[in-house]
Amino acid sequence: MMTLLRRIMVTCLFLGGAACNQDDTLTLSSKSIVYCAEGSPESFNPQIITSGTTVDATSNHLYNRLITFDSKDNSISPSIAKSWHETRDGKMITFYLRKNIAFHTTQYFTPTRTLTADDVLFSFNRILDKNHEFHGVSGGNYPFFESVQLGSLIKEIEKINEYTVRFKLYRQDSSFLANLATDFAVILSEEYGQQLAKNNTHQQIDISPIGTGPFKLKEYRVGSFIRYYRHDDYWQGKVALEQLVFDITPSNTGRLTKLLTNECDVSAYPIAHKKIMEHPNLTLEAVTSFNVAYLGFNTQKAPFDNKIVRQAVSYAINKKSIVDTIYSGRAEVAKSLLQKGSWAYDDSVIDQVYSVDKAKELLKLSGLENGFEMDIWAMNIQRAYNPNALTMAKLIQADLKEIGIKVNIISYEWATFLQRIKQGEHQSVLLGWTADHPDPDNFFTSLLSCSSVNSGSNSTLWCNKAFDNLLLKSLETTNIKLRKEYYSQALAIIAQEIPLLPLAHSKRYQARANNVKGDIMSSFGGINFLTVYKSEVGKE
Amino acid sequence: MLIFTLRRLNLFFFTMLLLTLLSFSLSFLFPGNALLNVSGQINASPEQILLLSESYKTESSIFAQYISYLKHILSGDLGISMSSQTPISVEIADLLPATIELSMVALLLAMAIGIPLGFIAAIKHNKPADNIILSIAMIGYSIPVFWLGLLAILIFSITLPWLPSAGQISLLFEIKHVTGIQLIDILLSDNAYKWQAFQNASAHIILPACVIAVAPGTIFIRLARSSMLEVLETSYIRAASAKGLTFNQIIFHHAIRNSLVKIIRHVGLQFANLITLAMITEVIFSWPGIGRWLIDSIYQRDYTAIQSGLLVLSCFIFIIHILTDFVYAALNPMARDNKHA
Repeated sequence: MMTLLRRIMVTCLFLGGAACNQDDTLTLSSKSIVYCAEGSPESFNPQIITSGTTVDATSNHLYNRLITFDSKDNSISPSIAKSWHETRDGKMITFYLRKNIAFHTTQYFTPTRTLTADDVLFSFNRILDKNHEFHGVSGGNYPFFESVQLGSLIKEIEKINEYTVRFKLYRQDSSFLANLATDFAVILSEEYGQQLAKNNTHQQIDISPIGTGPFKLKEYRVGSFIRYYRHDDYWQGKVALEQLVFDITPSNTGRLTKLLTNECDVSAYPIAHKKIMEHPNLTLEAVTSFNVAYLGFNTQKAPFDNKIVRQAVSYAINKKSIVDTIYSGRAEVAKSLLQKGSWAYDDSVIDQVYSVDKAKELLKLSGLENGFEMDIWAMNIQRAYNPNALTMAKLIQADLKEIGIKVNIISYEWATFLQRIKQGEHQSVLLGWTADHPDPDNFFTSLLSCSSVNSGSNSTLWCNKAFDNLLLKSLETTNIKLRKEYYSQALAIIAQEIPLLPLAHSKRYQARANNVKGDIMSSFGGINFLTVYKSEVGKE
Repeated sequence: MLIFTLRRLNLFFFTMLLLTLLSFSLSFLFPGNALLNVSGQINASPEQILLLSESYKTESSIFAQYISYLKHILSGDLGISMSSQTPISVEIADLLPATIELSMVALLLAMAIGIPLGFIAAIKHNKPADNIILSIAMIGYSIPVFWLGLLAILIFSITLPWLPSAGQISLLFEIKHVTGIQLIDILLSDNAYKWQAFQNASAHIILPACVIAVAPGTIFIRLARSSMLEVLETSYIRAASAKGLTFNQIIFHHAIRNSLVKIIRHVGLQFANLITLAMITEVIFSWPGIGRWLIDSIYQRDYTAIQSGLLVLSCFIFIIHILTDFVYAALNPMARDNKHA
């Protein structure tokens, strides 16, 4: 018995000492970052999704695009393509590719050649060519490209030589280059595709990714973590981090705890901003990202197929109090889809006013003066545009009770939630949109165009021909003044028809330990750990 | 011993039959299509559905359906998860070892602390030490585990930055999955940072294991106390003391051994309780075990996972129960002759 007790004591001492001896872990952790992410990616290929979580996890780390946005002034800058040339009529764009861009070498693939025009053709033909071997893999949906109608825009992609590619367009499109620079237009490996086709394991292309980006995938456990290792042959030079781990922590308090206990170096969407700002070892950052949170109505389902009911509900919602409560003043009330910073922003658009009387009046007009029951779908995770959709839904619930509407709040796990909305099962939904590029078209076409009804990114299922025509006309010209005019008209149609009610434009927040240096967030698209490094502890 | 074994196997067989019946009926009780609930193939094409319904015999009688369901389970096919579309058997094989690891450590902790304390209380019967230990046991037993877990994180992770708050190990260590029991896997791996990883993993298990151990620990205190009191009352102890054995000799040579036998019997019973506590604790400490997975499945309305997860978990608890019964029987000849199982 005594020996047993002694053994227990020795074990306890050993375990107790465990937390103290950290010399060697320091060398490991000084070359690695643990990022507390808010959710699991749906796929490892941003071509086939639009969710911000997936873009954050994959785009900038695993892949490169032909062109990209300059992080400083949001102008389009070279990436895989070192330069490009556009003909005067805007219908032919030639890209000149960089040489010696290496693909990832992993356990499942060893490349024998560097990136060529074939890879560019493969990546885009997969999206555009319905007969392409990989087109139907993973469902065959390319929501971003479908919503910007790339298929009806690109006539042909031509390989001029190994390092030159030409895109021929049917018509001029002023947002074409911006669309190619988004996080979705990544370049995959054609050689890897061939290997998979040979083994008949096509779906692996989106599960076990191969790209040219600064990191390569080592391991992924759904709902648990993603482990990336450095891509040593990265064409822009090796990055400072050896390991990048995404610790998937959907709970807000869980991420905060991990941040406070140093288990994460960087945390997405932190709560308790004040606590983080007061903490000596933590920094809170914000970027003004172009986004909008909205209440979308399913315009195909009663009673929201009636414009008057939509208007009535929009009058009954007190946007100001919602924004004050949910965002604690870190967002502005949305007047329209566009933010003040956008060049197409129009101050003259009629704003919705909060008026219970007017709402009641409209309800009476629609014959629903006795009220009705409706569902609001709200996600249970935090997004950049909406830190707490469930509470927001409860506030709306209280607002609508005033005019006799009973609201049921419905929530699912994030991936299921998006899936069901895509199928149009909802009546109304609290969602949002974060811009992929600076062109205002991104808000309109992706959220409300007829083509986006089919691609699934239009949660309102609203399709208005006049509205669509305006969007199209605006894309056909490069005259900014004319485009602004078209978008103003489009905004006016939204304000009148109310397929969705814009609620707020918020900032995107992130918290990090002070020894993590380098830029991670930008105004558009996903996060990027390319330039991130850790400063030595002690040199602080 | 043979009859004892047969009787236990018999009990095991019928309990499993009942459990499978229950989980089989769940697929009809859950909303949605029973075939999709049982297989999890929500994205299947019409041809695949046809094949599925053939293999699950949905056109035949309920009895035939049950038999084909049993066949699927026995061949290790528990369906695929509705949310992740991976085979549930694979997910369970991934996660169950983590739960076993956590609950075993917790069980050892509970026994190592609870049993000696119970003995002390019995030896100091009706003295202040006894009362203090009993009060601690009462308080420990009444604290809800989720509250205790959060409190432990608040004190030992955030206020005093001693122990990590979440997970099994720092994610920076890459440990190959061999047995699934992390501490063993680390020792088996050839990672350059092996010992750091081991220390890190040990630090991670302390808090959740302690939190789980509190409630069973207090039960062990009371069990050990009453069983020791019982033994101390027996005539052989009195005979030993009449023979002039010292108090220490009596306690260490006779009393402890005999009262331990009685406690072992209850370890199996406590295990079910422990697993329930572990499920809640796993959620709080983000422990990648089966409890957290099962609770997530409930949130995601992943009926296939709920159904199969419950079956596997109850089966596992039952096996542990029977194993402790065998250990008890091996230690205590009297139990083998006990006619009712």
